[in-house]
Amino acid sequence: MGAEIYAEEIISHYEHPHNKRRMESPSFSFRDYNPVCGDDITIYMKTDGATITDVAFEGVGCAISIGSASMLTDTLKGKKISELEKMGPKDVIEMLGIDPGPVRMKCASLSLRAAQKAIKLKHTD
Amino acid sequence: MPINPEEIRKDFPIFKTLMNGKPLVYLDSAATSQKPKKVIAAVSSYYKKYNANIHRGVYKISEEATEKYEKSKKKIASLINASGLEEIIYTRNTTESINLIALTWADKNLKGGDHVLISELEHHSNIVPWILLSKKKGIILDYIKLNSEKTDLDYSSFEEQMKKSPKLVSISHCSNVLGTIIDVKRIAKRAHEAGAVVLVDAAQTVPHMEVDVKDLDCDFMAFSSHKMLGPSGIGILYGKRHLLEAMPPFLGGGDMILSVQHYDFTPNDLPWKFEAGTSNIEGGIGFGAAVDYLKKIGMKNVREHEETLTKYALEKLEDLDKVSVFGYGSDSLPRRSGTISFDIEGIHPHDVAEIFNSEGIAVRAGHHCAMPLVVEVLNKPAVTRMSFYIYNTTTDVDKAVEAIKKTQKIFHK
Repeated sequence: MGAEIYAEEIISHYEHPHNKRRMESPSFSFRDYNPVCGDDITIYMKTDGATITDVAFEGVGCAISIGSASMLTDTLKGKKISELEKMGPKDVIEMLGIDPGPVRMKCASLSLRAAQKAIKLKHTD
Repeated sequence: MPINPEEIRKDFPIFKTLMNGKPLVYLDSAATSQKPKKVIAAVSSYYKKYNANIHRGVYKISEEATEKYEKSKKKIASLINASGLEEIIYTRNTTESINLIALTWADKNLKGGDHVLISELEHHSNIVPWILLSKKKGIILDYIKLNSEKTDLDYSSFEEQMKKSPKLVSISHCSNVLGTIIDVKRIAKRAHEAGAVVLVDAAQTVPHMEVDVKDLDCDFMAFSSHKMLGPSGIGILYGKRHLLEAMPPFLGGGDMILSVQHYDFTPNDLPWKFEAGTSNIEGGIGFGAAVDYLKKIGMKNVREHEETLTKYALEKLEDLDKVSVFGYGSDSLPRRSGTISFDIEGIHPHDVAEIFNSEGIAVRAGHHCAMPLVVEVLNKPAVTRMSFYIYNTTTDVDKAVEAIKKTQKIFHK
């Protein structure tokens, strides 16, 4: 993987992340880590039945993890929980517009993994 | 005589490699060094011409393998001014050398409540073995703090810790993050006055400068072949003979014994007492060739070249906007190795390393196996590090500086 991963869009999301805030009383939340870059991201979601109505995140990390978390919050708003559960690496690549390669995929998919773990954990509770 | 890195590069086949379509700029020798043809040839010639197990073989090629393997120990003994090959134990790496001391010398001589003193700038290899020992035996682990500039050890903190009368002081000769060369001679002198034993982690110094175990007066020293042009899988533990003789063996098995009965054994003489099972024969032979290569250049010249390159790089980095260097600056070169960690304001080190990669430049980003230093003392999740060796040139530094500018441009900094 080279510098092409740093497309204008991901840099713009990194520098001015969307929905980067703490959410009070979320329906679902989960904090996850990526040891590759030391990324640390918490994702929050509010739902109205089966639909995700609000998404936010907090954390620190590399441009790929923060940029993709910002993009993910935009993507998830209005989606069904069942749609989130089905998302995978393909959706991350589509969202980024580029395949980040196996190592940086861990950064790129950190926020999605956190969102899915948040749902799964709540369901098993 | 000054080194001509352009000539030296011809001895290293790796520099024909392209990385991402660009000529390889290798700035990660603190992690592992590249290998010259002589070392590659020594390893392959053992496989091709006299591959046999060492010791006790009465046939010609086994004798030849034994001789070359043992000779490599003599070469290393002479490189660091040890008294002889009896003081040179081969392990897998620096980490195993330190663990060997923890599991033999320390296990025998330390008891619950005894203090072991290390510092905040240690590599995990000189931290975790002592944490394990503290969990196992209740020894107490203490840290020498870093000074407020975060460039070097705080010697008043060292004095403070010495009041606890540590039994062992285990200290890095050079930080693999800050590049600071530690005054281990001073530490060893003070520690010995207080009756402590001194272990030096010299993984970042033996490859790069003259190191004399008698001058430093350390009791044990650990370093690795792969960081000094040799094969991986060979680590060195130097120990003063009387200490090694009094230590129990490490692993049990063949080669470390003189004789075995049903319920007892007699350990072998030094250094074989600590080397159970078939050794890394090709590793030892290759390492011998690496030491020959370095000796031919001269360790003084190696250091001089790296100091010149480090000065050049630090001055360039100090001139850049929104770039800061950790550790000593260009005004304190004698205190510094050719390992430079830096920070580009607002850009994560892994993003820096990724953009360097796209330019064919290998640098390392992360905590560099020194999490207490990077995360807790420097308060960074990671840092970017470039590190030099004999084959690096000012052109390599120029390319790194250009890559920093490119990174800043991509990130609008």
